[in-house]
Amino acid sequence: MRVELVDIHKHYGGVKANDGVSLTVAPGELHGIIGENGAGKSTLMKILAGFTARTSGSVRVDGKPVDYRTTAAAAGLGVGMLYQDPLDFPQLPVIDNFILGQAGTIFLSRNAFKARFQDLADSFHFCLNPEAPVNSLTVGERQQLELLRLLALGIRLLILDEPTTGISAAQKEVLYSALRRLAAEGKSVLLVSHKLEDVEALCDRVTVLRLGRVTGSMARPFDAEGLLRMMFGTPPHTPTRSAQPAGSAVLVLDRVSSPGGRSGLVDCSVAIHQGEVVGLAGLEGSGQDVFLRVAGGLKPPQAGSVHLAGQSMSEYNYHNLSKLGVFFLPSARLEEGLIPELTITEHVALQDERRAFRVPYQAAAEDAAQRIEKFRIKGCPQTPVEELSGGNQQRLLLSFLPPDPRLLLLENPTRGLDLESVNWVWQHLQSYSRKGTCIVFSSPELDEILMVAGRVLVFFNGRVIMDAAAAATDVQKLGRAIAGKV
Amino acid sequence: MVSNDSAGHLIILPQLREVLLTVVVVFVFTSLLLIVSGAPPLEAYYHLFLGSLSSWVKFTHVVKVWIPLTLCACGLLFTFRIGLWNIGVEGQVMIGSMFTTWALRAGVDSPDMGPVFIVLSLAASALGGALWAAVAGFLKTKGGVNEIFAGLGLNFVAQGIVLWLIFGPWKQPGVASMSGTETFPTALWLNAPALLRIPPVALALVVAALVATGLMLRYTRIGLDLKAVGRNPSAAFLYGLKPSRLMVLAMLFGGGFAGFAGNLQVTAVYHRLIPAISSNYGYLALLVVMLANFNIWLVAPVAFFFACLNVGSIQLPMMLQLDSSLGGVIQGALVLATLGMHGWRRIKLTQA
Amino acid sequence: MTEFDVSIIIAGVIAGAAPIVLAAIGETITEKAGLINLSLDGSILLAAMASFVVALKADSLLAGFVAGALVGAAVAAAVAVFSIFLRQNQVAVGFVLTLMTRDLAYFLGNPYSRLQGPQTALAPIPGLDQIPFLGPVLFNHPLPVYFSVVLIGICCWYVYQTSPGLKLRAVGENPQAAYARGINPWKVQLLYAVCGGLLVGLSGATFSLCTKPGWGRPQGAEGTGWIALALVIFGGWHPLKAAVGAYLFAFLQLMGIYFQGWLPTVPAQVFQVAPFPLMIFTLLVMSMAQNESVRRWAAQRGRATALLRFLSGMAPAALGRPFRPD
Repeated sequence: MRVELVDIHKHYGGVKANDGVSLTVAPGELHGIIGENGAGKSTLMKILAGFTARTSGSVRVDGKPVDYRTTAAAAGLGVGMLYQDPLDFPQLPVIDNFILGQAGTIFLSRNAFKARFQDLADSFHFCLNPEAPVNSLTVGERQQLELLRLLALGIRLLILDEPTTGISAAQKEVLYSALRRLAAEGKSVLLVSHKLEDVEALCDRVTVLRLGRVTGSMARPFDAEGLLRMMFGTPPHTPTRSAQPAGSAVLVLDRVSSPGGRSGLVDCSVAIHQGEVVGLAGLEGSGQDVFLRVAGGLKPPQAGSVHLAGQSMSEYNYHNLSKLGVFFLPSARLEEGLIPELTITEHVALQDERRAFRVPYQAAAEDAAQRIEKFRIKGCPQTPVEELSGGNQQRLLLSFLPPDPRLLLLENPTRGLDLESVNWVWQHLQSYSRKGTCIVFSSPELDEILMVAGRVLVFFNGRVIMDAAAAATDVQKLGRAIAGKV
Repeated sequence: MVSNDSAGHLIILPQLREVLLTVVVVFVFTSLLLIVSGAPPLEAYYHLFLGSLSSWVKFTHVVKVWIPLTLCACGLLFTFRIGLWNIGVEGQVMIGSMFTTWALRAGVDSPDMGPVFIVLSLAASALGGALWAAVAGFLKTKGGVNEIFAGLGLNFVAQGIVLWLIFGPWKQPGVASMSGTETFPTALWLNAPALLRIPPVALALVVAALVATGLMLRYTRIGLDLKAVGRNPSAAFLYGLKPSRLMVLAMLFGGGFAGFAGNLQVTAVYHRLIPAISSNYGYLALLVVMLANFNIWLVAPVAFFFACLNVGSIQLPMMLQLDSSLGGVIQGALVLATLGMHGWRRIKLTQA
Repeated sequence: MTEFDVSIIIAGVIAGAAPIVLAAIGETITEKAGLINLSLDGSILLAAMASFVVALKADSLLAGFVAGALVGAAVAAAVAVFSIFLRQNQVAVGFVLTLMTRDLAYFLGNPYSRLQGPQTALAPIPGLDQIPFLGPVLFNHPLPVYFSVVLIGICCWYVYQTSPGLKLRAVGENPQAAYARGINPWKVQLLYAVCGGLLVGLSGATFSLCTKPGWGRPQGAEGTGWIALALVIFGGWHPLKAAVGAYLFAFLQLMGIYFQGWLPTVPAQVFQVAPFPLMIFTLLVMSMAQNESVRRWAAQRGRATALLRFLSGMAPAALGRPFRPD
């Protein structure tokens, strides 16, 4: 089926997420949509999938204008979307997730549905156990389930939003062959991504979005430079990697194991030295976050020991460690790092070490004003923190770091930030490492790690399977390590 | 509050309009109930009003309800601030009364030491209430038991303990009676001057509680910490706060104030331990705080109004053969209508 | 104990537990859809009063039961409306309603206090009630009691084996995802709040027309609502387990009366309040069962893990958090 988006506009209050976007997807086409964060890709796809209503413009299916406002209506017309984080029911079994939403009688004819499920799964070489609860599946398997479900609903245009984040290379191949097969059957596929290589590998045609507009379109064969120019305008200013004079060992983990995430942390022995910037790579849930939390004293190790500057940390908790200069920044800013409904001033007051019985709000307000200026935060001392944008929240969080920490543990510090904020964050953090602070951070972006870190640890299934200097490795080697092949 | 727009029309600030609407809705609802019950509505309101404010004596009855109600409400402001539903406040009042009685019993034979024992009983009641609240607090922080159910269960247990004491170890000489334990000698009563009829000590206690609560929550470290944990416990942890400890601390305040309320019920009102010593003031205080929108300034007036309803409704069975729970219906309806108004306002805002 | 005594006890438990089973299953359904109805205690009383009064006035037991069910449904609908459409805290609304409906019940029911009213009669099933031992135990009860037992099976089948039951579970798990699949979470929650409320109302009616007939202040049904709420948790949000808990509780209450005769030195109050510390204890055990370190310990002992899995209930993930579309 042929789908056309004509002059789509979408406004959120004063923000123009989509500013006159037009694009056409031919039947049987594998069409890529690329652009950096904030380009408007997700918004556009949400409109197409019926999740959001457009402000103006029209959508045409097979030449006829359509107007749907719900995902169910979109599905009725054959348009379905596979989200980055599939909307499913974790405690219910796979087969129930498959059945929900499909037409049927009052009786749950599980056997009939199971047969259909098995047929579809087999035809795509997916290996899924119908009785397993969905919360025991990996991200890739959940995607596969959702794909099968959409197909069973009769979807003819499949939209995929950043499908390759969080799945293994093997699962990516399985997904790609499934998508190619769909295209061969005459169905259309829209792949949204910010990863050039993924789109280059799969798509016939690519449309580039930037700041809510279409900046260009290209058919196979692709010119990477040209695409980059369409995505970014001028080449982005990348921060330089810091020089790494390795000092004495600051943090030593000795055979540490701890549960958490999907695989936990298993038998990890790592030493981090003064002044190092270490990037933790790997599939989400492979142990990087557990590593950070154990190192920060937020999680006790089930086995093994942790040493900080030579001292064994037996009195184990975050509060003691922060007195020794260890700080942890969570990736979920508003959920874990900041307190909603409290103003910037109140956050500053909270951190006053003297903990006077009577809170010095006046002094705190002045301090807040100073921070706002120094870190260029768009807000004022009385602003409640949930009203700040993501980038400003990160600036605020970074402003809370003391001037001379010993060790910074950062969980995905640039999550959801636009390019300007990302650069600012790394410039700021590198000023710390120049003073001798250790920085250990996790990131799903290999490019980011290679650009900024001096050393890379790759996590696979809870173990560190690769520990290399960033200069001695590249994206290919890291990618293979992440998939488990060293 | 009231102003004129450019066309000269009177605009009443939306909040006032909402409050008036709430009152009207509740008025209509209650009147309908009265009509259905075959009673003349206006006469019922008249008796409610008369029953509470028509004489100085009646007024002092209202104040005697207002005092424990307000004390409980002050304590609840602490627990609500940290996000806890301290439904166990009712049991905390009872345990406060129990500790009071225990302390006073020790002083029955020393009439000249009366004031000493009264002070002792005040301390004991706050301690008792706080400890009972701490049980619920620890059940939550260490045991993962929801404070609503822990509190509820402990309320029933507290009631059981009180009943056992009244019918068992502390029973009146001769035969155990539903009227409670033996009345304490007047040396152990909180003194009320003949005209005032309310012990100044009790009044002072309530005023002190209101002021202390207001100041603490707004200006002190404890107030800030409780607010932070109430909004986001895991983030508060990263700022050096210990949510579990603060939750128990909030419960201690809640129980301590409730304990004071329980004390005054014994030393100033009943002068003995009776089965219904808490008189539902704990649960009612929850309603007071909700209606006052968790605002310290409104707690005292709202509690006063509720106290008037409580006392006034006692007239109803005598005068109109109605059950006195009409007062409770009005109180509940007010809170419900207020919640409804909040919701309606939100809907209008999102549509704007 | 003679066989006679045991059968009387079991029959007593089944009959006495009937209203509790009704309320517990009703609330299980409501919570499975994601809504907490804290007003149970008061709405049971209001329903009990309403059904007694209607049954008395209309001289019809059926009318009484219908009235009670409708009252329960109305109160539950109020909680749902306040939560879903007016976006107020479910706990707050439920708590206010539990106090208010109780006061309403006492106020409106005042003229009917201590009056003699219609009562359900025993309805022995011909033939089956002659079976030795099982007969008098299982087949010689009033209709509401039979209904309460049959309801357990119907509810389990409905929730786990039908499409509407799947939709119910889906909404309680992840209303966002349900919405994306064309289900309207609000309608579903309202529907099952009302269904649960109907059962809660029937529970009240069963009290005033069957188990503890009549109306008064107190009626005897006081406290049941809170127990039912605890039973839902105890049962891990599964209708069968909640019902088992109800029978257990009724058994303990009955035993309380027996043991009082045996152990006169133990104060009566201990038996009256015993269920509540037991409830706390159960909640504690259940919470411990979900604790990380306890799970690790049990992982090495197969039987312990199975026991833990039985004890720990998995709450519907979206319980108490109303759905807001993005």
